[in-house]
Amino acid sequence: MSIQEIQNEIIDEFQILGDDRESTIFYIMELGGKLPEMPEEDKSEENIIKGCQSKVWLTASESNNKINYLADSNTDITKGLISLLIRVLSGRSPEEIIKAELDFIEKIGMGNIIGSQRSNGLAAMIKQMKLYAIAYQAKLNA
Amino acid sequence: MSLNIENIRGEFPILHQEVNGRPLIYFDNAATTQKPLAVIEALSHYYKTDNSNIHRGAHTLADRATRYYENTRSLLQSFLNTKEVEEIIFTKGTTEGINLIASTYGRKFINAGDEIIISAMEHHANIVPWQMLCEEKGALLKIIPISDMGELDIEAFDSMLSSKTKLVSIVHVSNTLGTINPVEEIIEKAHAIGAKVLLDGAQSTSHLEVDVQSLDCDFLVFSAHKLYGPTGLGVMYGKREILDSMPPYQGGGEMIKEVTFEKTTYNELPFKFEAGTPNIGDVIAFGKALEFINKNGKNAIKAHEDELLEYATVQLSKIKGFIPVGTAKNKISVISFNINGMHPFDVGMMLDANGIAVRTGHHCTQPLMQRFGIEGTVRASFSVYNTKSEIDSLVASVSKIAKIKNK
Repeated sequence: MSIQEIQNEIIDEFQILGDDRESTIFYIMELGGKLPEMPEEDKSEENIIKGCQSKVWLTASESNNKINYLADSNTDITKGLISLLIRVLSGRSPEEIIKAELDFIEKIGMGNIIGSQRSNGLAAMIKQMKLYAIAYQAKLNA
Repeated sequence: MSLNIENIRGEFPILHQEVNGRPLIYFDNAATTQKPLAVIEALSHYYKTDNSNIHRGAHTLADRATRYYENTRSLLQSFLNTKEVEEIIFTKGTTEGINLIASTYGRKFINAGDEIIISAMEHHANIVPWQMLCEEKGALLKIIPISDMGELDIEAFDSMLSSKTKLVSIVHVSNTLGTINPVEEIIEKAHAIGAKVLLDGAQSTSHLEVDVQSLDCDFLVFSAHKLYGPTGLGVMYGKREILDSMPPYQGGGEMIKEVTFEKTTYNELPFKFEAGTPNIGDVIAFGKALEFINKNGKNAIKAHEDELLEYATVQLSKIKGFIPVGTAKNKISVISFNINGMHPFDVGMMLDANGIAVRTGHHCTQPLMQRFGIEGTVRASFSVYNTKSEIDSLVASVSKIAKIKNK
């Protein structure tokens, strides 16, 4: 599936939840619970994403021109948010990640659900994921 | 006499709305209280009919604005029972009050080797200005430790007091834990060795009778917005002889007696500390907030809040996974807690989805969070317009949330 197809899938899932804020938050937390485990040693100061109020750790690795992300957070809602980003971006080429326009965030009304502070945190996560992609692309082109 | 809470709720327009499809339940009163209609209308009335710069104008509007502005100062004199009305200084808030004292009294009277005592439960506003002063002067900051219940270790305080102690700056009531500190005892002991005492009254003045003469504190600072008044306004009380001995805080208009390019002489109290055009409209509106408190009576307000605190404490404690933070014997109506296995941010967001406003995080008391080994808490704080049925909704929501991780 393409990045856009996965985004559409997420939009459909959130549409089923409707306007009920509580069930939406429960759903995001549930998604967080399914995030693959991140090795404890990777939860280090240098892997913390700056700009998030809760703690978020992110690492990236590259194989066969695809970037794989691992992430964790100390709050379940944040874990759920980053699991959505990983579902969309992990396993893609640096070029795809750099070009990706993540319109699902706006389309599911995430800003209203999580509020402005967490929206800033979410933007910081996306920025860090794209920065990894830019760095790997530079490395691949070198 | 007990209060008619339904009538009181009727005076607060903001309470009558839905948030996320549920009736708003406002439990973030320790951060700021809501404003009665009288306060909101006084602010609007001032700008519609009386707006004018005060103290020097020769016209009717200026005279009216001055009288209303000074009327609030008089109300504060009886509210705090100060000896003189000139001992009341208007500031921007508690934070500015503490910074004012650190910058004027502190700079003049604290020297190298002197000691300032604060506690482990201080708000950052009562930590950082003293750290800055100590760094500048080579003075030492000492911290009174607290127990697991969130009470001050008075024996440790006793052992800290010495001829080096120049100032004890202590929170009257903890914003995070709700603990009411034994400030009478602290003031008496500090005075016995010649130290001055500053009380951070940000959380106490809205709930407790605070009589500065009977407490004998040297300074008291607090913010209007936690007492049903407007934001951006605070009060600093100081004993006249101390305020007279202090240099001015800021230079400018209002605070001078005479200015020549060679020398400026400063105005009398309270104007010496109120440089520039003050926050006239908010001061006048704050008068209405004080009248609201006086009308209902602090004892009656406290009795209602105590009842809510006890009810909420009993009900919440029954929930599996509920971890209270701060269980002092003497508390105001603040409950800080965590849910086992959950981050306070997540709990706060889920409560918000149910229309319940609480505060989450470190509450500007990071050293206190470090003391308890936690990142933050969820804090529900009750005010005069809250009800038991609102607490029932909180308990129901917290139960539901706690079940996610505590089956």
